[in-house]
Amino acid sequence: MNELVIETRALQKSFGHKRAVSDLTLQVPKGEIFGFLGPNGAGKSTSVKMLLGLVAPTGGQARVLGHPPGHAAAMARIGFLPEHFRFHEWMRAAELLKLHGRLYGMEVDRLRRRIPEVLELVGLSEHANDVIGGFSKGMLQRIGLAQALLNEPELVFLDEPTSALDPFGRMLVRRLLHELKARGISVFLNSHLLGEVEATCDRVSFIRAGEVLQTVTLDQLQAGHARIEVRIGQATPELLNELYNLSSSTPEQFEPLPGDVQRFVITLPSDQQIPQIAARIVSSGAQLYGLTPLRNTLEELFLEVVGTQDSGQ
Amino acid sequence: MRHIATITWLTFHEAWRRRMVLFAIGLGVLFLGIYGLGLWLINDSLPPRLRTSERQIGFSMLMLAGLYVTHFLTIMLAIFASADSVAGEISTHTIQTLVTKPIRRWHIVIGKWLGYAAMICLYISLIAGGVVLLVRLISGYQPPNIVSGLSLLLLEALVLLALSLLGGTRFSTLTNGVLLFMLYGLSFIGSWVEQIGALLESRAAVNIGIITSLVLPVEALWRRASYLMQPPLLRAVPTPFNSSSPPSNAMVIFAVIYMVVALLLAVWSFNRRDL
Repeated sequence: MNELVIETRALQKSFGHKRAVSDLTLQVPKGEIFGFLGPNGAGKSTSVKMLLGLVAPTGGQARVLGHPPGHAAAMARIGFLPEHFRFHEWMRAAELLKLHGRLYGMEVDRLRRRIPEVLELVGLSEHANDVIGGFSKGMLQRIGLAQALLNEPELVFLDEPTSALDPFGRMLVRRLLHELKARGISVFLNSHLLGEVEATCDRVSFIRAGEVLQTVTLDQLQAGHARIEVRIGQATPELLNELYNLSSSTPEQFEPLPGDVQRFVITLPSDQQIPQIAARIVSSGAQLYGLTPLRNTLEELFLEVVGTQDSGQ
Repeated sequence: MRHIATITWLTFHEAWRRRMVLFAIGLGVLFLGIYGLGLWLINDSLPPRLRTSERQIGFSMLMLAGLYVTHFLTIMLAIFASADSVAGEISTHTIQTLVTKPIRRWHIVIGKWLGYAAMICLYISLIAGGVVLLVRLISGYQPPNIVSGLSLLLLEALVLLALSLLGGTRFSTLTNGVLLFMLYGLSFIGSWVEQIGALLESRAAVNIGIITSLVLPVEALWRRASYLMQPPLLRAVPTPFNSSSPPSNAMVIFAVIYMVVALLLAVWSFNRRDL
């Protein structure tokens, strides 16, 4: 078993009578990008806050980098971007990083090297001497990211890190996450943007009403759910039957398109079968218009696990 | 220690950069200007045959009036500067990226308290020091016990700062500010009730005054400071700015204990708070 960076057992938090987190049991191994998914109000932020010592649990156990949550020795090796990122607005960007570097306990030389590096990383090099009060929300989130990565952490908590970012910012976060992964840094990512999670995470836990409902590995998920949309013209009934029989679940059929083009979705055990299917269709003499792998599997799984009911929160 | 120093630096720097220090000191200097002008005009119009002891009494009263203003402004500065300090950072979530560093929460409370203490110390040195210096330059009068008197002014502010940080861990900025102001008002009225009670020899009134001083010993500290800084001759005469029935040294010790307990409670309360 890999070394665990986060380990919790039946972690709970109640605010008066209201239960924000009822049973959080998690294990995150070192080097993993871990996604934490759930609808609004599911207890995602409260869970992160408990792991960082911001909120005291009312029950259960947790260890982060081998220490109880909030322990100074662990916090020196952790980076955190909160959901509601606000900083001292009277400071300049580089000055803010200097403050946070001092709080991390970083030496002056190291800080002098790291500040331009992280500003470059988040695309704010030109704004190093600008006052934060004049920053846009997206820029504030970027400086928040810079602050979280300043100490070259081993574990990074990102709570909705792209909520204020434009598509460029989102691509930047995606790239950052891949870089962190390549360097063996563990990431705990709170998000409800499924596309983002799907593109970056190794493993995902679904949470609802403060409880982990299911944890899946994204590789498995994609391998097990190779869903293909097929569009063919002049298909013989034998060919269609053969294709339907390959599907591991009931094929979804749609109205034929103009020119008698059949359209349906089949689910294959593995995407390695796609070339064989293409070859089979072509050799039968039918006309192949499209063979499109569908990649919205995480969203479907989300709805399947968490339920379709909108909590309204 | 390094973390406390960082937070102290942050607090003082914030007060400086937000121009709080600049405006407080700027307006203080304006006050000193008007005060100096008044002193000069009064000194100029005094009959030349006045005895030295009479001049001393007059200038002592004028100096205490100047210090009374400084005392009041210091209290206002302590309340307004610090009421938002913890409460504001909690409500804007700024605190979240601070406490998730390898730092203990008590470092933040003590660091902030020291930062404001440094600011107030600078303010008192400049403004109260200016009052004493102006009186000395214009009239040649120098009050007794300058250092202990001004230290008591500083202690007043330190007590209020500790109480303000304690309030900030649980209340919103506005509630905290109102609460501190009301407590000061109570302490102010109590102090007068005690003085008048002493003059009329009413034990009950004096006791009421002492009890309100125990709730917040700020105004009592001022009365002790003004008592120490007036010439012995004047101690028997009550004026709005001085004290004829001064709080004892026990009140000073009580104020120090009060401040330490308030700080400890602030640390305890902040430690237990979900952020």
